[in-house]
Amino acid sequence: MSVYLDHAATTPMFDVAIDAMNTSLRKLGNPSSLHTEGRSTRKDVEDAREKIARAIDCQSSEIIFTGSGTEANNAAIKGLFWHSDKKVILISSIEHHAVLDPAHWLVEHEGAQLIEIPVTPDGVIDLEYVKKTVADRGSEIALISVMHSNNETGVIQPIADLVKIAGDIPVHCDAVQSFTKVPLSFKQLGLFSMTISGHKVGGPLGIGALILRRAVEIPALLHGGGQERDIRSGTLNAPSIVALAAAVEAKLYNAAEVASLRDAFEAGVLATRPDAVINGKSADRLPGISNITFPGTQSDSLLLLMDSQKVSCSTGAACTAGVHRPSHVLMAMGLTDVVSQSSLRFSFGSTNSQADVDYALSVLPDVIERGLAANAVGKK
Amino acid sequence: MKIIAAMSGGVDSAVAAARAVEAGHEVIGVHLALSSNPQKYRSGARGCCTIEDSHDARRAADVIGIPFYIWDMADEFHEGVVENFMSEYKAGRTPNPCLRCNEKIKFAAVLDRAKAMGFDGVVTGHYARTEETDNGRTLHRAVDPLKDQSYVLAVLNREQINGAIFPLGDTEKVDIRIEAEARGLAVAQKPDSHDICFVPSGDNAGWLRDRMGSEVGPIVDQDGNKLGEHKGAYTYTIGQRKGLGLTVPTADGSPRFVLSIEPVTNTVVVGAREDLAVTSMRGERPIFCGPEIGAAPLRGFVQVRAHGAALDCTYYLDNDQLVAELDAPLLGLATGQAMVIYDGDRVVGSATICETA
Repeated sequence: MSVYLDHAATTPMFDVAIDAMNTSLRKLGNPSSLHTEGRSTRKDVEDAREKIARAIDCQSSEIIFTGSGTEANNAAIKGLFWHSDKKVILISSIEHHAVLDPAHWLVEHEGAQLIEIPVTPDGVIDLEYVKKTVADRGSEIALISVMHSNNETGVIQPIADLVKIAGDIPVHCDAVQSFTKVPLSFKQLGLFSMTISGHKVGGPLGIGALILRRAVEIPALLHGGGQERDIRSGTLNAPSIVALAAAVEAKLYNAAEVASLRDAFEAGVLATRPDAVINGKSADRLPGISNITFPGTQSDSLLLLMDSQKVSCSTGAACTAGVHRPSHVLMAMGLTDVVSQSSLRFSFGSTNSQADVDYALSVLPDVIERGLAANAVGKK
Repeated sequence: MKIIAAMSGGVDSAVAAARAVEAGHEVIGVHLALSSNPQKYRSGARGCCTIEDSHDARRAADVIGIPFYIWDMADEFHEGVVENFMSEYKAGRTPNPCLRCNEKIKFAAVLDRAKAMGFDGVVTGHYARTEETDNGRTLHRAVDPLKDQSYVLAVLNREQINGAIFPLGDTEKVDIRIEAEARGLAVAQKPDSHDICFVPSGDNAGWLRDRMGSEVGPIVDQDGNKLGEHKGAYTYTIGQRKGLGLTVPTADGSPRFVLSIEPVTNTVVVGAREDLAVTSMRGERPIFCGPEIGAAPLRGFVQVRAHGAALDCTYYLDNDQLVAELDAPLLGLATGQAMVIYDGDRVVGSATICETA
């Protein structure tokens, strides 16, 4: 038996998405061409755009297709910064690297000043801090960026409240983990821009989208044919766009079911290891993500042992060399680097069942015992 | 058996892992990240532990078809190997960090962690052989004399040798490359790594000066007469002739050699070539790879450098120190080096040289 508990990294593609993609792959025509084939592919793309717009509750013209969530976040962070004559970027301390790194790049190369919003021990941004910062320095802030939910802990952030506090300041939201998992309305949140990604929602890799208010025209990262509102150039990836729309339209994600699997798993973990700590447990969380600290272990050992028992999970952060690193998210929540390196992320999805939970729980006690022993010899 | 294959990203460890799989073991590939600030690319034959090496190791594991992980041993490596390298030089001795790495990292930190996690041993691409005898497992030279690495493995005790698998000891290096090619391993023609992996420039003296400063001190003859100045005694090696920059020539014009390094007074002592001659050596903290020896003199060979000659000697244990008396004198032997005793091609044991005469 093998059990995949890493849906936050990537999800299996839904059959409906694979089928839609296969059909589109066999079809000829550049959506920007003016002839019959081109118009036919263009129709597919625009049908898909409308389906996705319905799922996000935005206008279809607000969707800018990109090659990934990372590209969409880069386009938003850099674009909103360049769009403004202000220099301060306000982001949460728990952002994904696709937001953190462009922000740091702007500091190093474009004279930006970065302010990070701290989080509570449960991993929720400190709105009082935002209020104070906006009150003190609002006129200097070019943009605010906070993720809709955190990719390591699943903790959902108070975006609607944040937008209210921000007032006229543009707010970007990385909603890659939340999209299709929890209710999400671009319009109701009042955001300037938002990011989604295909492979986190049962769609294909290599497709993402920046949702950007119609009136906001930010400078482009990629210049060329001007396909997507002159903000993103490049031939439209019709098969992936069509497949993403099919995955979203099918509404195959059953949040209640996924949450009950996650809860059953967490209850089982705490029954075997009462010293385990579920990070962000008392906050509002995504249905599928569980981040657990196993004191006295090292998560890279645990991952190896889980993997050898055919259970796939994640240690969170790794550097370019593949070396496991303390998670900036858990450390922002107040964990020490040692404790943060004792944590594993299990993320559940539509393809999981109670049998998966039972199996993962059955191998866990031995894995933890061996992990404790491995860590103990390291301390010698 | 369930074993960990330590994979550096080079051709030897890749073939060793593949052979272990073929021998029927359940193998998991592990790359040791030994630097907390790795370089992106290798420069020629020097260094290892770059990001490129870790990618090469991963690719080899994928081609062989085994799971692959990276273990962060940077702290252990820094404490056990790099700091030891510096403190040994500071104390006027000449250490061999590869030996220390085998002793403290590959067959200690890694082997211990592997055993705690339920594995039976560690397979590496070292060129050495083991044999099962009535006295337990013994360590032997590889069949390829140019690649033989038994010297740097002679710091392993019996328990460590029991947990080690060296699948390459019976093969010549040239055949390992051919085998790697046949197995579809892209590292087949990757250059061998030489020198010290954490000194990628190959300039040990410069590396030491950068980290330990270069305090000027005297270069003197055996009578204490000052002949010149040096920039940090620890950057000199016993037997060194070049780079002394002496301005006072000898009476007969013969060259001078470094005879000793005195760290406390930051003094380098030089003298004539014949004054380098050593006929006996003592080593502290002896380690026996097989059966222990006693005070009774035995005949065998001693080797004092990784690819040095095996010198005929009589050896015995005296007050917990290993003593080797050479049949013929040896020129230039630094304390801190490892003396490794061989009985034929079998490694008897090793010790760190603390005294020469």
